[in-house]
Amino acid sequence: MSSAKAKKITATSSRVRSIRRWGLLFLGPVTAAFTIGFIWPFIQGIYLSFCQFRLTSDAKFIGLGNYAAAFADESFRYSFWYTAAFAVVSLVLINVLAFAVAYALTQNLKGSNIFRTVFFAPNLIGGIVLGYIWSMIFDGILSRYGTSVILETKYGFWGLVILMCWQQVGYMMIIYIAGLQAVPEDMLEAAKIDGASKSQTLFKVTIPNVMPSITICMFLTLTNSFKLFDQNLALTGGLPFKQLANGETVHTTEMLALNIYNTFYGTASVARGTAQAKAVIFFVLVAIMGLAQLAYTRKREVQQ
Amino acid sequence: MASKQETLTSERRHKTIASVVLSIICIIYVMPIVTVVINSFKKNTFVKTDTFALPNAETAAGWANFIKGMTFGNYPFMASVANSVIITVISTFLILFFCSMAAWYIARVNSKFCKVIYYLCIFSMVVPFQMVMFTLSKTADVLKLNTPFTIPIVYLGFGAGLAIFMFVGFVKSIPIEIEEAASIDGCGPVRTFFRVVLPMLKPTLISVGILEVMWVWNDYLLPYLVLDINKYRTIPIHIQYLKGSYGTVDLGATMALILLSIIPVIVFYLALQKYIIKGVAAGAVKG
Repeated sequence: MSSAKAKKITATSSRVRSIRRWGLLFLGPVTAAFTIGFIWPFIQGIYLSFCQFRLTSDAKFIGLGNYAAAFADESFRYSFWYTAAFAVVSLVLINVLAFAVAYALTQNLKGSNIFRTVFFAPNLIGGIVLGYIWSMIFDGILSRYGTSVILETKYGFWGLVILMCWQQVGYMMIIYIAGLQAVPEDMLEAAKIDGASKSQTLFKVTIPNVMPSITICMFLTLTNSFKLFDQNLALTGGLPFKQLANGETVHTTEMLALNIYNTFYGTASVARGTAQAKAVIFFVLVAIMGLAQLAYTRKREVQQ
Repeated sequence: MASKQETLTSERRHKTIASVVLSIICIIYVMPIVTVVINSFKKNTFVKTDTFALPNAETAAGWANFIKGMTFGNYPFMASVANSVIITVISTFLILFFCSMAAWYIARVNSKFCKVIYYLCIFSMVVPFQMVMFTLSKTADVLKLNTPFTIPIVYLGFGAGLAIFMFVGFVKSIPIEIEEAASIDGCGPVRTFFRVVLPMLKPTLISVGILEVMWVWNDYLLPYLVLDINKYRTIPIHIQYLKGSYGTVDLGATMALILLSIIPVIVFYLALQKYIIKGVAAGAVKG
């Protein structure tokens, strides 16, 4: 027994050794591209957040000054709270709508497939194109009242919420449908026999069973909102803006990613160090959400 | 079904109501696309004032918007389409080819270096693009990765995370005995991978491929910052530039171009719907 096992281990390890000889071929291209496309820019990005620079070549180390400037920047703080408000509103709306649609579509309705196809479709359209489609629609309505989506903050905010619902409800719906289909049939049957009403079954049996899907979808909508850029740029581009008492300008529909972009490349782009520091803060924020989500997914896989 | 007969009528009523509500939502859902179609045949000045009306004798522009759109924005639209196709096809191919190879190596060899690469890949999935956009575009400039034929290397690097994560997950579920049998039959590692492992990876290749196509085709910021923008544009950049390069935008022509750019997407979707929905659900871990 033990010798057979030992033989198998040596066979496996000799196989691994023979695969290893081809390491450069199998791992080389990805490692090289990954270094160029991610590792090096990431390390350089961290370093530059402590520097004053306009180009990567003229960087001068200045310590934590950029971070102080980033936290003191009124527009950055504003965009954080604006993004957070947007994230909360769209998280609730998207998930409630997606769950409702998924619930309806798992009731053996006629034409479920057509509905599913239609609701999912907007996911395939890119953010820039989506932004222009909806800015035409909103302006088509608002121009009758002599205003525009880029003239008032509330229209920009709710416009983006509607746009994101239109795009993401279908995506979350797919995840919810998968979750709902996995609810054990006998549990639903048992609830029915015990005389539970439809809403009792929904809240006491169905929803507890799809909790994992709900958590995943909440994470996804949250991180999607925080990382949102294309749609924000195309729909309002951050407009309108207002002048603060201290002379700073704040774009009132500008979300975090767009704020960072504008700090880098905007007309007053003297503050690239500040922009990079903002990007690092942004990265930490998004990474915490993302890692929490990954940890949650993994924990669930282990339990299953 | 027979045991539920007593509740059938009320249930049928509920289902009818649900169907009607869903149909209404469905119509609302397709309205934005219908509006694009309507307005792409309308004269510019009427897009804003008569947005939701069908084109009539006064407002109709015929195919003029499409003809104008081809050269509108100081850059030929078909060149942008060609660039988008080139970048998407090459990037997706590179990602599928090299990441599946790397993932198999990582899963089977599992050395320290493999683990480092694997965890860096997972880490890269949670890093937002803004974190690296400035330094990445400078690096790409220096290395001349600013053309449609070289930018796929940037995509391979930045997109490796999700692809490797998904491939490694799948490779681990393949029983190693199949590969051992192949190697006993005299297959070397390269042959084993291409003849035995790769065919088994097909469902994951399709899922990852679809995710990458959707990402690269619709991506705006990365190609905008990396490409030499005076020479090369992609469709999203082209659409964004219609606004940027003109004081007043020709909305009719813009809608015509938007329509042209979403037609291939809709065809792609209808043809591969089953795979697309499955692939997107599989990639939900990315976030």
